[in-house]
Amino acid sequence: MTHWTIAPIVLPAMLAALITLAARNHPALQRVLSVAGTVTLFVIAVGLALRASTGEIAVYELGDWPAPFGIVLVADRLSTMMVLLTATLANAVVLYAIGTGWDTRGRHFHALFQFQLMGIVGAFLTGDAFNLFVFFEVLLIASYGLMIHSGGTARLRAGMQYVVYNLLGSTLFLFALGTIYAVTGTLNMADLAERVATLPEADTALIRVGATLLALVFAVKAAVLPLHFWLPGSYANAPGPVAALFAIMTKVGAYAMLRFFTLVFPPELGATEGMFGAILLPAALLTLAIGMIGILGAKRLDRLAAYAVIGSMGTLLIAVAILTPQATTAALYYIIHSTFASAVLFLVVDLVVQGRGAAGARIEAAAPIARNGLVAAMFFTAAIALAGVPPLSGFVGKLLVMDAARSSDPVWTIWATILVTSLIALVGFARAGSTVFWKTAQLDTAEADPAGPAGSTVLPLVSIGGLLTLLVGITVLAGPLTEYVGETTRQLYSPSQYIDAVLTTDEVAK
Amino acid sequence: MEFLVASAVGVLTAAGLYLTLRKRTFPVIIGLSLLSYAVNVFLFASGRLVVNLPPILSDTAAGYTDPLPQALVLTAIVISFGMTAVLVVIALAAFLNADDDAVDTKGDSAG
Repeated sequence: MTHWTIAPIVLPAMLAALITLAARNHPALQRVLSVAGTVTLFVIAVGLALRASTGEIAVYELGDWPAPFGIVLVADRLSTMMVLLTATLANAVVLYAIGTGWDTRGRHFHALFQFQLMGIVGAFLTGDAFNLFVFFEVLLIASYGLMIHSGGTARLRAGMQYVVYNLLGSTLFLFALGTIYAVTGTLNMADLAERVATLPEADTALIRVGATLLALVFAVKAAVLPLHFWLPGSYANAPGPVAALFAIMTKVGAYAMLRFFTLVFPPELGATEGMFGAILLPAALLTLAIGMIGILGAKRLDRLAAYAVIGSMGTLLIAVAILTPQATTAALYYIIHSTFASAVLFLVVDLVVQGRGAAGARIEAAAPIARNGLVAAMFFTAAIALAGVPPLSGFVGKLLVMDAARSSDPVWTIWATILVTSLIALVGFARAGSTVFWKTAQLDTAEADPAGPAGSTVLPLVSIGGLLTLLVGITVLAGPLTEYVGETTRQLYSPSQYIDAVLTTDEVAK
Repeated sequence: MEFLVASAVGVLTAAGLYLTLRKRTFPVIIGLSLLSYAVNVFLFASGRLVVNLPPILSDTAAGYTDPLPQALVLTAIVISFGMTAVLVVIALAAFLNADDDAVDTKGDSAG
């Protein structure tokens, strides 16, 4: 048993403590530590992903207690892919935060940032349902701090709503876990999978309740209609780089759904059969519609970006809800695309808002910002990716989802919704972009505030440029990437591999 | 006893939900606390209700009570306590900033 599996959790945890205790009055040192930690996290994530790409499922037993008695961390293909995705995004976000000086507008940005990474990575790696709850709380409590970073009335008020909503979600999560434990007597995911499969007929109703509650919790995290109300307010009011990091948090909900509903409650299980198709699919279609209409209706750029996240979660959840191997492959590709695309949109919007001074985030003509042309190009690239038109990865992802939908019953509803909402999003982005970037020419340019925000002006552009390059990269390399996530899907749909790896002790003891 | 515990969970949840839907922050916080009490009692009951039985191995025991829900409840109590403290601080900061403690934010066009 190597200890590398737990390294991506321990590293940010230790670093956050170090930053708080030893470097609390040294912003420069905090930056160095935070960047070094995030880069190291990326390197470890690459290593874990390489190890998992051989098909090996690494199991780490905390305290050397064998499963199902102790808590296990499991690094399979899906987990390591999500960890790598998190680490990549974190690098771009931390560079942007430093470049724009966001991290110095309040205290403890880097410590909270590292704790947030710890929570997200832990949620991806854990193999225990209650431990998943604990890591959810870790990532949430760090996100509360990040959300209200640098304060302000609107942000605090929105942060308050965000906390209340998520506390309700956590309570629901505990109810779900209590129900499942009462029926099965275990919370280890692999053990759960075995016991749920052999559950007596009389208990199916109760396990169905547990599964539904659990799906509800993950739906809150993934911002599925009608549980999406927390998202626009909190993401729009959060600092730009924080909102960009939050792009991965909605994916935690999608990841947990995929994990639980392929491993513990697989599609062929009688107790939960058809649940996704009957409930989640219509909800996902409506989520997509409301997100894209929100893009068209938004009066502020930050709200527009938040609705774009909801829209892309809608597309992603359509693929998750179809729950066939082909659809899951599409979903995994879309997770990667949607994380980078949403993050880059938030960063560009933040750049615009910071540069515009009094006009702020309102979608109306104002004096042009510094590097208007370049920023406009970045905005439209992100918009093209999110609206899902050629030539960027959003288009590829959408094609994969639509192709996977052909085998499902409501294929025409799915196709119509995806295509019509793409058009709506396109109009919405075009309207916002042309107002913000192109109507500026008619105004007196002398109004422009040349001072701009403090901090370096190159680093933010490097960060955004890096994310855009990644978007282009996953478009160009869509073939190999789809093959990779296809392998991941095959591993997901043969849960016996996962169960054997966790519960067979001699395989673990090596 | 089952009836007592079940109705306690039910009443706490109902009262908590009602208070959570109020539009001032103070009742909302109280409501969330009640909900967390409800879920703690619920978790406790998920290991089946037994009286006077030990949770650890013993030669003389006639039976056992499940120790795991007790550990889960402890974790849940600590977490919900911490979360409530954070929530109180944020609510206080929002109140001091805005001079009122409404939960609602202004709409899309604000600010």
